[in-house]
Amino acid sequence: MNSTSTQFVPSRRMGIHEPIHQMAMWGDFKGLDTSPSMILEVEAKLDNQSEDTSHGIVGPSNKYDQEASKPADKVLRRLAQNREAARKSRMRKKAYVQQLESSKLRLIQLEQELDRARRQGLPVGGALDNSQLGYSGTTNPGITTFEMEYGRWVDEQNRQISDLKNALHSDIGDVELRLFVDSGMRHYFDLFTMKATAARCDVFYLMSGMWKTAAERFFFWIGGFRPSELLKVLLPHLEPLSEQQRLDLCNLGQSCQQAEDALSQGMEKLHQILAETVAARLLGDENYYQQIGAAIEKLDALVRFVGQADHLRQETLQQISRILTTRQAARGLLALGTYFQRLRDLSSHWSTHPRESA
Amino acid sequence: MEKVVKLASENGILIFSKSTCCLCYAVQILFQELRVHPRVHEIDHDPEGKEIEKALLRMGCNGPVPAVFIGGKLVGSTNEVMSLHLSGSLIPLLKPYQASLS
Repeated sequence: MNSTSTQFVPSRRMGIHEPIHQMAMWGDFKGLDTSPSMILEVEAKLDNQSEDTSHGIVGPSNKYDQEASKPADKVLRRLAQNREAARKSRMRKKAYVQQLESSKLRLIQLEQELDRARRQGLPVGGALDNSQLGYSGTTNPGITTFEMEYGRWVDEQNRQISDLKNALHSDIGDVELRLFVDSGMRHYFDLFTMKATAARCDVFYLMSGMWKTAAERFFFWIGGFRPSELLKVLLPHLEPLSEQQRLDLCNLGQSCQQAEDALSQGMEKLHQILAETVAARLLGDENYYQQIGAAIEKLDALVRFVGQADHLRQETLQQISRILTTRQAARGLLALGTYFQRLRDLSSHWSTHPRESA
Repeated sequence: MEKVVKLASENGILIFSKSTCCLCYAVQILFQELRVHPRVHEIDHDPEGKEIEKALLRMGCNGPVPAVFIGGKLVGSTNEVMSLHLSGSLIPLLKPYQASLS
C-alpha cells in the first residue's frame, strides 16, 4: 500500500474506508486556497491512492478467496460497492483535475499581470490595491488600448535592440544596416502616433507618465524624454566624428535646447492661466459651470503641447540621423534603446527589491 | 485676405496670436531667445479676428495660431518653426532682423 502520509487523510487505513475519505477530500478543494506547489503535491498523492484503490479491488484478491462461500453475498456486495465508489472517485478526480488546470492558467495570468505592474514600477505587495494597479482602471477604452499597444511596442523595441546589436557585431554592409536604422526610427515615430491618439483620449494620463516605468518618469518632460537629453546620451557612442559632424551636432544641441526652453515656458504660462481660471472668484452657480468650461478649454491646449513636444523629439531624431553615417546612426540607436532599457530594468529592480530599513 | 497680407508686408517678422494661446507665447519666447522682436498681432483683440482666423486656415496654418510670417511670406505654425530651427534654417531667415550685439 502507498505509505505516503498526507494531512488531508486522517486515517492511513486503506481498503473500504479509503473511498469515503477521498469523497470528503474532493469536497474540501472548492476554492483556490492552496498554493500551486501544494496543489500539485496533493494531485500526485491522490493519483497514487486511487490507483491503489483499483488494485485492491479489481485484481485477484487472495484474502477474499480464503473466506470460502459463507458470507459470499456480503463479499460480493462489498466488492460492487467498492467498484462503484472507485468509479465515482475517478470521475470526481477528473473534474477536480480540470478545475486545477483552469486555476493554474488563471494563476499564470495573474502572475503576468503582477510582473507587468512591477515592471511599471508600481509598488505591488501582497494586497493588490485597485487604486495603484492599472491607472487605466478608469475604464477609458482608448487608454486601455494604448497601454496594450505600448506593451507590445516595448517588446518589439527589445527585439529590435537585440537584432541591432547582432547586426553591428556581424559584418553586414551599410545597405542592410540602413534597413535596421530606418525601422528603428520608424518604431519611435509609431510611438508618437500612438501617443497623439491617446492624448486626445486623456491628456492627463499621458502627461502623468503612468504608462512608463518609475525611472523613466523621473526624467519626464511634457509626456516623454527630453530631446536635449537624447543628444547627451548618444554623443559618446558616436565617436569618431568628423569636424563638420561635431559642429552640426553642437548646433543641433543648441537649437534643441532653445526650442525646449520655449516650450517649457509656454507650459508654465499654461499652468498660470489654468490656475487663474480655476481660482477666479465665483459669483454663483451659473458662473461655476462657465468656469469649469473655460478650464476645460485650457486643457485642450495641453494636447497641443504634448503633440509639439513629440514633434520636437521626432525632428531631433531625424536631424541626428541626417548628420550621421549609417553605422554611426545604428550605434546611436543601439545606445538610445539600451539606455531606455536600463531605465526600465532599474525601475523593476527598485520595485522588487525591498530596501533595508534604517 | 487683405489685412493679413498688409500686416505681413509691413513687418519683417509677424506673428498672429491669441492672448490666451500658450503655444503662441512659446514661439514668441523662442524668437526673443534668437534676438529678434516680432510684431505680435492678437486676433482675439481684433474685431476682424474671425476673418483673419479663416484666412490663416485657408493659407494652410493648422493652428490657426501661431501663424508666423517672415519677410512677408508665411513660414507656418509651431511645427514649421521648430523644424526650421532644428535644421538650422531659421536663423538665416531671421538674420536681417536680428538685434545687433551691444
